[in-house]
Amino acid sequence: MATQSHDLGPHGPADDLTPTGERRRDFIFVATGAFAAAGAATVLWPLINQMNPSADVLALAQIDLDLSAIQPGQAIKVSWRGKPVFARNLTPAEQAAANAVPVASLRDPQTLAQRTKAGHSNWLITLGVCTHLGCVPLGAGEGENKGAYGGYFCPCHGSQYDTAARIRSGPAPKNLEVPEYAFKTPTQVTIG
Amino acid sequence: MVKLIAGVVGIVFCLALLWGAVAPRTAETPDPVAKYHLAPRDVSWQNDNPGGLAVFGTFDRAQLQRGYQVYKEICSGCHSLKRVAFRNLTDLGFSAAQVKALAKQSDVASIDDKTGEPNTRKGIPADKIPGPYANEAAARAANNNALPPDLSLITKAREDGPRYVFSLLTGFGKPVPADWKVPDGLYYNPYFRSLNIAMPPPLSADGQVTYADGTKSTVQQNAKDVAAFLTWTAEPTLEARRRTGIGVVAFLVILTILGYLSYQRVWADLKRRKPEMLPAE
Amino acid sequence: MSFPWARHYEPTHPFMKYVDSRLPIPRLVYDSLGGGYPVPKNLNYFYNFGVLAGVALVVQILTGVILGMHYAANTTIAFDSVEHIMRDVNGGWMLRYMHATGASFFFVVVYIHIFRGLFYGSFKPPREVLWLLGLVIFLLMMATAFMGYVLVWGQMSFWGATVITNLFSAIPLVGETIHTWLLGGFAPDNATLNRFFSLHYLLPFIILGVVILHVWALHIPGSNNPTGIDVKSPADTVPFHPYYTAKDFFGLCVYLTLFSIVVFFLPNMLGEPDNYIPANPLSTPALIVPEWYFWPFYAILRAFTQDFLFIPAKLWGVLAMFSAILLLFFLPWLDTSPVRSNSYRPLNRQFFWIFVVDVLVLAYCGGQHAGEPWLRLSQICSIYYFAHFLIITPLVSRIEKPLPLPNSISEAVLKKHTNTGAPIALQPKGAGIAELPASGQPAE
Repeated sequence: MATQSHDLGPHGPADDLTPTGERRRDFIFVATGAFAAAGAATVLWPLINQMNPSADVLALAQIDLDLSAIQPGQAIKVSWRGKPVFARNLTPAEQAAANAVPVASLRDPQTLAQRTKAGHSNWLITLGVCTHLGCVPLGAGEGENKGAYGGYFCPCHGSQYDTAARIRSGPAPKNLEVPEYAFKTPTQVTIG
Repeated sequence: MVKLIAGVVGIVFCLALLWGAVAPRTAETPDPVAKYHLAPRDVSWQNDNPGGLAVFGTFDRAQLQRGYQVYKEICSGCHSLKRVAFRNLTDLGFSAAQVKALAKQSDVASIDDKTGEPNTRKGIPADKIPGPYANEAAARAANNNALPPDLSLITKAREDGPRYVFSLLTGFGKPVPADWKVPDGLYYNPYFRSLNIAMPPPLSADGQVTYADGTKSTVQQNAKDVAAFLTWTAEPTLEARRRTGIGVVAFLVILTILGYLSYQRVWADLKRRKPEMLPAE
Repeated sequence: MSFPWARHYEPTHPFMKYVDSRLPIPRLVYDSLGGGYPVPKNLNYFYNFGVLAGVALVVQILTGVILGMHYAANTTIAFDSVEHIMRDVNGGWMLRYMHATGASFFFVVVYIHIFRGLFYGSFKPPREVLWLLGLVIFLLMMATAFMGYVLVWGQMSFWGATVITNLFSAIPLVGETIHTWLLGGFAPDNATLNRFFSLHYLLPFIILGVVILHVWALHIPGSNNPTGIDVKSPADTVPFHPYYTAKDFFGLCVYLTLFSIVVFFLPNMLGEPDNYIPANPLSTPALIVPEWYFWPFYAILRAFTQDFLFIPAKLWGVLAMFSAILLLFFLPWLDTSPVRSNSYRPLNRQFFWIFVVDVLVLAYCGGQHAGEPWLRLSQICSIYYFAHFLIITPLVSRIEKPLPLPNSISEAVLKKHTNTGAPIALQPKGAGIAELPASGQPAE
């Protein structure tokens, strides 16, 4: 378009330009265009960034959890960043079952020890989000279907997790995610 | 025809207006408040620039911290600050650990997990600063039916806000004019819009607050500090806004100059050619 | 498009040829904003404001859609959600201040655009439809701005909504029913807020649609120009691109600079402190005024204080306020002078400037409390407002003897450059200037 505009018929300016005039003119146009483009690109950032989590959402990214009331074999479900977190008190039998599985045979090879904190190996804390497409698996509530491996069972597409919340069968590719957390006291954890 | 109808409509409207314009006016009752009401006093802060564009001003962090102390020790007895969270206090120059400690000092309304009964828990940085009353009815009941307003936005919700807050806080104790009546339980303050305010003088003597940084604690100083703090609570993004603005305007000024040069270059060809284009005279 | 010498789009790149032969958007752009749209070469800076209004609309829609992602239209949390935007949303303060200030700037631009049209007679044949579409945009803008102001749900939002919707209760017989229907209740409440949010989101897109019609209607006769005479030859015009794209870009830069100064350094200058107090249906602020862009019409509304001809004052005020805008729809048939530009209409020009001052005084009165001397001043100015359009303009267009018009735009440009810089209208009659009006239709 820019080259076309030089040819303006009866009142076209193109033939007026001296070689030097042409160069300076180009410089100003290029500088203006480049500046305007840079400005437009900068303006895009706040328009995009406003959709990122706002300050109040980020501030709630940490919760404290009291484990003292959870009996062995029970689990609780709490909400963290809008997603469920399962905290499960494993019985010795469940721990033994998890440890008996040959790690190499797993789809996502991890030992129970890698998924719990040292000294608190009975506390299995995971996100309650199926790694397939994000449904909440059953098994944390009393009387829910724990699946064939005694851990969690996702009703959406049939993924089954074992007592270490590792994927054993079904479409999910990964074990249930272990969030960042730390024990403050033997019965108090901070998640996030 | 259009003109005729328009003319008739126009004349009718004009007559209706004229009828109103010539009608005798009922004498306006003079507003007794206007006689004694005072405009806010002229004070200045580091973050503003009276009489001009405030372009560069930033907050005085030490002053904001002092102001927060005044709010906490004096104002918070009656006034809430519900739009400010403890985490925001890092803007005042407090460290994350200090903010955590400040939050912990407050009890936040909560629900007991086991019984479902309301209880309180220790505050965390994500909590909004809890107010002194559970609800409006409780606030009115405790204050002789007057409602202490939330202070989060007070400096934006009043004309010339920071100066208004300062003037109001230091405007107590002025002699009451002879023809002015102050009902029981109210206080005379010429900076308040109705002159009679329900708030008792909150800053009555120097040294009510002991500043950690050694600043002399006078009524004037307390008022100035808390007004600065409330400027921040109303507009915590003020510094970011000005900083961004300086960059944006500087950029646009350069772009305007470039745009003008481009415009001149584009039109220069046309202007040079002008004589040939015009018919001979 | 409109002139035989308009250049035709000839794509050179094979890809553009491919696109153009299937969906000719490149051709559309070329013909409306590119080299294919010949424009009078003597347009002054007042002609920048049409493009600026378009930009202002786009800014409002863009920031508005984003604010809509964070805003909650419920009376219990609307105000809190606005403060959430101001405090917690990334860059939310900037987007909200842009949207609030942008509304004011949109009106500034549109008002200048309208007065430009009035001065140079751009509403006259063959551009009446263009003018009518512009007025439709103006009305839609006012409705949108009013409802947007309510969304904040502050004191001024609430009481503004109360006062403005009460206007409809002045209608005889059905007024109360309409009022209740508009609000979805007996006072502004959740139902009102929700419908205002829905409509505030919808109307800008309708405005955008009418803007497209407005631009279309502009491209049929082509742009008017400060002389008001018709384009006669290729020498009178230049292609829109690059001449007016360059000029509009420069104007846009100036506009954005001024806009940024207000957004970043004086964002609350045009707002009311009372709107930072959450809505309280039990207490009215001391002085209720609408946003500044409604002040002239608000002054007209308040100027009717006496019942007259068995019609109550309240109804008079409402009738007059709506008439003040609606009469503009009839302007092309009230001002029938064949000369468009006031540069060649010495008598009408004087009334035009009186009218400008009149509107400014009305605006000032509209922002003051409803007492003397503002009331009487509004009454006098309102009389002139109606007299100007309904009595003076038709009469002047009949009796005025316009100044001789130049033969062509090129000639006018030459005169301006060779004479001592005096405005065209003030120059003495010269040789080679036509006696007959060179443009426009004869009077009815």
